[in-house]
Amino acid sequence: MNLVRRPRPPRPPLRSLTGSPAQILLLCCSFALAGYAGVRLLDGDWWGVALWFVGAALLHDLVLLPLYALADRAAVRGLGAVGRREWALYVRVPAAFSGLLLLVWFPLISGRVDERYRSVAGLSPDGFLTRWLLITAVLFGGSALLLALRVLRSATKRRSSDVH
Amino acid sequence: MRDLAPRLPSSPGFWRSPLRGPRFTSVLGLVLLAGITVLFVTGLLSYAAYNPGLSPVNDKTPDKGLLGFYLFSWPTDPPWLYRLTQGVHVTLGLALVPVLLAKLWSVVPRLFTLPPVRSLAHGLERVSLLLLVGGALFEFVTGVLNVQLDYVFPGSFYPLHFYGAWVFFAAFVAHAVLKAPAAVRNVRSMRDARRRPDAADRAADGLVAPAPDAPTVSRRGALWTVGGGSLLLLGTSAGRSFDGPLRATALLAPHGGAEPGGGPNGFQINKTAAYAGIDAAETSEEAWRLVVVGPAGTVRLARADLLRLPQHSAALPIACVEGWSTSDQSWRGVRLRDLAALAGFDGAPPDVFVESLQRRGAFRHGALRANQVADPRSLLALSVNGRTLSPDHGHPARIIVPAAPGVLNTKWVARMTFGGLG
Repeated sequence: MNLVRRPRPPRPPLRSLTGSPAQILLLCCSFALAGYAGVRLLDGDWWGVALWFVGAALLHDLVLLPLYALADRAAVRGLGAVGRREWALYVRVPAAFSGLLLLVWFPLISGRVDERYRSVAGLSPDGFLTRWLLITAVLFGGSALLLALRVLRSATKRRSSDVH
Repeated sequence: MRDLAPRLPSSPGFWRSPLRGPRFTSVLGLVLLAGITVLFVTGLLSYAAYNPGLSPVNDKTPDKGLLGFYLFSWPTDPPWLYRLTQGVHVTLGLALVPVLLAKLWSVVPRLFTLPPVRSLAHGLERVSLLLLVGGALFEFVTGVLNVQLDYVFPGSFYPLHFYGAWVFFAAFVAHAVLKAPAAVRNVRSMRDARRRPDAADRAADGLVAPAPDAPTVSRRGALWTVGGGSLLLLGTSAGRSFDGPLRATALLAPHGGAEPGGGPNGFQINKTAAYAGIDAAETSEEAWRLVVVGPAGTVRLARADLLRLPQHSAALPIACVEGWSTSDQSWRGVRLRDLAALAGFDGAPPDVFVESLQRRGAFRHGALRANQVADPRSLLALSVNGRTLSPDHGHPARIIVPAAPGVLNTKWVARMTFGGLG
């Protein structure tokens, strides 16, 4: 009789293939509901809807995000090259805020819904671009002012510490 | 050393931001958990506010099935109910855009992790994440485009945004159940120094950059920036829920800024008479007749006849599904329940089916429920703020009902059929 005890594997191999059964159950419930609504969502122009649904995720993850991440990295590198890496925030924040407003209100700012806006709502579609540019100017101007104050204060501090 | 720098996004070293980590993601995740829950609830309320169960003309999603399980008779009190729920839905949605973007940025390395599937559960979770991210973006994009009248999405807004919301919500609930406990733990640990997760824990999470760049902003600073973006969107759009100087603060939002002209009729218009295809000849004193149909037969009333009926006043707002609303306007006209009595309903008034002269628009017909008809503030209005209705506000007569979505306040009313809906 062989009494040598074999060491028990830490997990049954099946479990490592499937993962948590509770998680599988939860996700199956989620898919059931998503499927029930999804069939109705796709009733009609199913290709267009699927394209928008998946395309939104791909466009964001593979185009929009890399673009702004690269722009940010380029700005930080550029400032780093002139020895002003700590100024990054003063460029990044106004640029991000301005870009955010453009992203959200692009149809109005770009003027692509001008005609419909005027005829449907009886309101003037002019001025969205001007107001966005003004807000952008205020954001960058305010940021530049804060930076100037910071540079001035650190210069004053340096001078006063030179005196003592 | 540089040659060894990882070039592929699938290697952890590719990601350099020192901000990424379970804490940053957890804070944003918990904000979205609360915010999106409010969006979902206010969205379902807006769906119920149309009374889709009442009549096919109110129902843009006739195959909703079980998804309409919770529908109820939309109340008329408080009169600002829809103004509040829909204002919150749209304005909060706009304010959450930067939070959503920051959250997606914070977890993007996970998109590229290898191996793509570790187990069945992990594979299913990744499919679910496609529904989560695709669904969130689909809902935000269709909503943001719709309030700007940019109807480029593939179909009618109502079914797309409604069914899309349920697909998204299914994935959102699963994600919240799987992740919220850890997120709460992470946020608590930020306040409690003794419970700081050790380095091994943080690295196992897969979000912390193994070779981060030197920081240019603290985590707190980054969170403040995201919050600042939210405040900026809130500040430049919330004003469209009010009249006068407050509306002028909504600098970039549609129906923000200036009012359409001055005077008593100078408040926001959903659809102009010209757009709706209303011909001045058919609304003239001689040509226009209101047809009231009921068990008592068919009654035809000129505007002068309506003015001879008892006149009542009501101070009520107009609140649009697009999230903008007006302050209370002072409407004056005939009570809907008096018209119901004229049609032969002396006791409790029934539902009513309202038809407009307008040539186009999904809501040129609308149905109102008995409780809406019975409310003493529900009027067939002939004037507003002491002046005859302007063509754009529905001259010769329009419906105004407390707490109802704007499009159910039918303008240029031509025919009202009482009873026979249920």
